[in-house]
Amino acid sequence: MKDTPLSNCERDFLLKAIEEKKRLDGRQTYDYRKIKISFGTDYGCCFVDLGQTRVMAQVSCELVAPKENRPNEGIMFFNIELSPMASPGFEQGRQSELSVKLNRQLERCLRNSKCIDTESLCVVSGEKVWQIRVDVHTLNNDGNLMDAASIAAITALCHFRRPDVSTQGQEVTVYSPEERDPIPLSIYHMPISVSFAFFQQGTYLLVDPCEREERVMDGLLVIAMNKHREICSIQSSGGIMLLKEQVMRCSKIAGVKVSEITELINEALLNDRKARKAGGKCGFAESMPQERITALKKDETPVEMTDVTETANGIIQKGEAAPQTYPELNYKLGYKACKKWDTVLWHSFKWPAGGDVVEISDSEEEEVVILNPEVPEKPK
Amino acid sequence: QRSSNELYLRCQEFGCEQSLLSRPDGSASFVQGDTSVMAGVYGPAEVKVSKEIYDRATLEVLVQPKVGLPSVRERSQEQCVRETCEASLLLTLHPRSSLTLILQVLHDDGSLLSCCLNAACMALMDAGLPMSCLFCGVTCAISTDGQIITDPTAAQEKESRALMTFAIDSAKHSVLMSSTKGSFSVHELQQCIAVSQKASEKIFQFYRDSVKRRYSKSL
Repeated sequence: MKDTPLSNCERDFLLKAIEEKKRLDGRQTYDYRKIKISFGTDYGCCFVDLGQTRVMAQVSCELVAPKENRPNEGIMFFNIELSPMASPGFEQGRQSELSVKLNRQLERCLRNSKCIDTESLCVVSGEKVWQIRVDVHTLNNDGNLMDAASIAAITALCHFRRPDVSTQGQEVTVYSPEERDPIPLSIYHMPISVSFAFFQQGTYLLVDPCEREERVMDGLLVIAMNKHREICSIQSSGGIMLLKEQVMRCSKIAGVKVSEITELINEALLNDRKARKAGGKCGFAESMPQERITALKKDETPVEMTDVTETANGIIQKGEAAPQTYPELNYKLGYKACKKWDTVLWHSFKWPAGGDVVEISDSEEEEVVILNPEVPEKPK
Repeated sequence: QRSSNELYLRCQEFGCEQSLLSRPDGSASFVQGDTSVMAGVYGPAEVKVSKEIYDRATLEVLVQPKVGLPSVRERSQEQCVRETCEASLLLTLHPRSSLTLILQVLHDDGSLLSCCLNAACMALMDAGLPMSCLFCGVTCAISTDGQIITDPTAAQEKESRALMTFAIDSAKHSVLMSSTKGSFSVHELQQCIAVSQKASEKIFQFYRDSVKRRYSKSL
């Protein structure tokens, strides 16, 4: 499936509007869209809505052998899945340029910044370490997948709880969540990426571009930062030349935005922790909006099954009305004949006289592959 | 509560939301207990020449698991959903086009295939694709002591001796697709089909209620 191409008049309209400092959805230059963070039923599942852009992140863990050059460090694995649901242009399985770019950027943002303490993931040095896998699924692409994915990934990592382990020498016992409470990962800081789109060779800039704006932009600058104003990664793509002052200004804006977003994440995590402690049900089902006209929920109802047994018996009796008994057949089917199995029964074939072996060959070819080759072939 | 004459089986709580994604032509999320699946439909759209069929639309179904890459299990689930959809969609109305249905597993707590089928039907409805009938999925599990459980949770599925999923159509309540696992007798199979047909009435009523609610306000 191909994405609908952008028409020239749309492009001209967008660029003209940006020159006049107007955006399609009425935002200001440095405004982010509304961010909504919700969590799934199990630990480590997080949904992030950035305007209409929706992504879901899931963290899972597994005990594996560590890498050879780092025997006492755990392994982190990131994967952003550009699902065909998010955009008609995304194809399943194919590693498109955008997918490579997003994966690399997320890895640099989270792995190279060392935000997770990987040494605490070691169970038996050199033999067993935890491998933490973060899968980010894009559900709807309305621009700025990178920011949404980074928020989702770090929130899911903060939300995740891994099973408790105890070691006695070489023996490792992994406790299930019912036996011992799972433990959160140790996270030093939360790096979040902020995207800046540049237009007209760097003259105009917009924060958090939506899908239309992304299509007409010249270049993109992504700055990953944490709330302590430490830059974790900067990436500039598109080939535009940026002045030093522009980059400094962008990093200042990014600092402000990141602290706001970090506050939002902490609030969401706190609310979720309170809800779980209170014992209420949490998950995607609960976060479904009830008051919307497009959503409906129905409670558990019993289904009456009074005459199920009678119906079942009736169907079986009807089916057994005319049992056809076939004599005991000992036969070997030709390979080609198997394809025409439904016609074989109605063809005339030799019935065994005294337990002989019969070959049914319904193929037009002379040579038929018989399953048991020592029996001589009978040509058709 | 069960007596010898009457059987009351639990039908899980359902939840559904339609048109929740802006890019796909039709989208829906279906929640059955704790299991939730999101479906998105694109179509009718341009089709690759290698995949086009001269007199009908090409339906492609993709099931995305939550963790890891799609494997053989997802391929078999895709086939089940695709066969059901092909039986109920009027594909001949859109020759040389493609219909793509993508299912994303949001949480799996048992009865996953039937939740996928229900989400798929709601998404196809939301996209406005012409269908000859609606369909729904019902899962039955037979426990080790012979009891039939509908919409089992993951724990119940693990302890069951047989697990069956049926796709039931809305016009004649006939079975469009069946996917079974485990050992069971012919009698038990027919009982489960009858049970699924009864349970499907509740699901179709839920579809009707959702759509009625959605179109209750006219602009």
